[in-house]
Amino acid sequence: MSLADLARLIGRTGRIAEPAPPRPAASPAGVGPDEGVDGSSGEGSPAVAAVRRELHGSAQVRHVDAGSCNGCEIELAAAFGPVYDAERYGARLVASPRHADVVLVTGVVTRNMAEPLRLTVAATPQPRVVMAVGDCARDCGMFRGAYGVVGAVGDLVPVDLSVAGCPPAPADIVVALRRVTGR
Amino acid sequence: MSAAPLLVALVQVTVAVVLAPLVIGVTRQTRARLEGRVGPGVLQPARDLRKLIGKTPLRAAGTSPMTVVAPVVLLTSSLLLAALVPLVAALPLALVPGDLFVVVSVLLVGTVAIALLGLDGGSAFGGMGSSRHMTIAALVEPTVLVAVYALSIPVGSSALPLIVAARRDHPASIASPAGVLAVVALAIVVLAETGRLPIDNPSTHLELTMIHEAMVLETSGRDLAWVDLASWLRLSVLLGLVGNLLLPWGVAGSAAPGPVLLGALALAGKLALLAVLLATVEVAMAKLRLFRVPELLAGSFVLAFLAVTASYLVA
Repeated sequence: MSLADLARLIGRTGRIAEPAPPRPAASPAGVGPDEGVDGSSGEGSPAVAAVRRELHGSAQVRHVDAGSCNGCEIELAAAFGPVYDAERYGARLVASPRHADVVLVTGVVTRNMAEPLRLTVAATPQPRVVMAVGDCARDCGMFRGAYGVVGAVGDLVPVDLSVAGCPPAPADIVVALRRVTGR
Repeated sequence: MSAAPLLVALVQVTVAVVLAPLVIGVTRQTRARLEGRVGPGVLQPARDLRKLIGKTPLRAAGTSPMTVVAPVVLLTSSLLLAALVPLVAALPLALVPGDLFVVVSVLLVGTVAIALLGLDGGSAFGGMGSSRHMTIAALVEPTVLVAVYALSIPVGSSALPLIVAARRDHPASIASPAGVLAVVALAIVVLAETGRLPIDNPSTHLELTMIHEAMVLETSGRDLAWVDLASWLRLSVLLGLVGNLLLPWGVAGSAAPGPVLLGALALAGKLALLAVLLATVEVAMAKLRLFRVPELLAGSFVLAFLAVTASYLVA
């Protein structure tokens, strides 16, 4: 594609991002991670609120695929893509857990990924939030009891926030991230 | 020795520290808009920095004191660079000459510090990033030296403040063949030195393509804040230098408050313009394959060399 074509394409496309939905309301403190009003994600423990205050509207996200079917990955890519644009709320995907504030885990935890998951969470500096995205990460979903499965994310590391759905809608992932950035 | 140049240097450092996160914010925001996204706003890098300064770093087991020292050394070298390069005012410091050799040495101190930081983490990617970074540094530094040398021949001094002041007073020299060649060569090496496309991709997640990012993979919390601020400062200062060489108007000639304020505003304008331009060019460009990078940098060296030849032929 020539530069002129590219410029024309950019001009024709304009803004793809959908208008920002209102900021997710803070539900009363103490609501468990899995008991969100819309079923997508809870306000999380008071710990999430405490982390949010320390992050000042900026959350770097490290994604860990603990044994996912890649359905959640497609939705996650959509959440950070131009339409949902999670980056406008201050969340950004990073390449290292050392840079991250949020460890976003997708999929059931398989035997080979149990230790790497524990190490990744341990390598993330405090204050941090562990987010389980998708039904598999929450409660093993359709893979419950399968031979290679150690358990859900909550069985190995403490989970602060979770997003339901198989796969979860990008909008729900964005809502969960906005609860961390507070924007 | 009067205190005026020192005061101006202090003002320059302050202005650079304030502007550096905004420059990164403007490039990311421009990029987001061109990609059809809304973008996080130009203040987002400043928010990231504020958060990182509050986070306690987590250092890998078995690291040496280098992990603690290197980010501070890198930041110090960038702050020193902001004081030496004529950004707001073209007043030579009597204490340390804003000489091209001094500037290149200060750049190199930062480069070595971050390369050691990459090695110290002990991860494979850190060492790979350091190795690539040193390869590029070895190709970049001669070009910086030769390009600034070409600019210094008509002025008769290798001090950057005097070069910028001479270009401001004699605008005809900006469009001279030697001047254009040298500035183009300098612009290419600035992109290489600060890890921008097409040499390095600042937003990559693929470890195998990383250069700068690979070295800081093991850095966290406050350490990362210093490394980030230092590399943003480096980009802003070098962009500011290119801006002041291309458009030397507005650079203060004295330490009076009026011209210095005007100089700061002019610098902000030039940096905003260059940041938007940089982001626009980056959207239309892919990263070069690593083994093609030396060809590009050799090309920029040839331009710088031609600039020296041309300035001798003309002068």
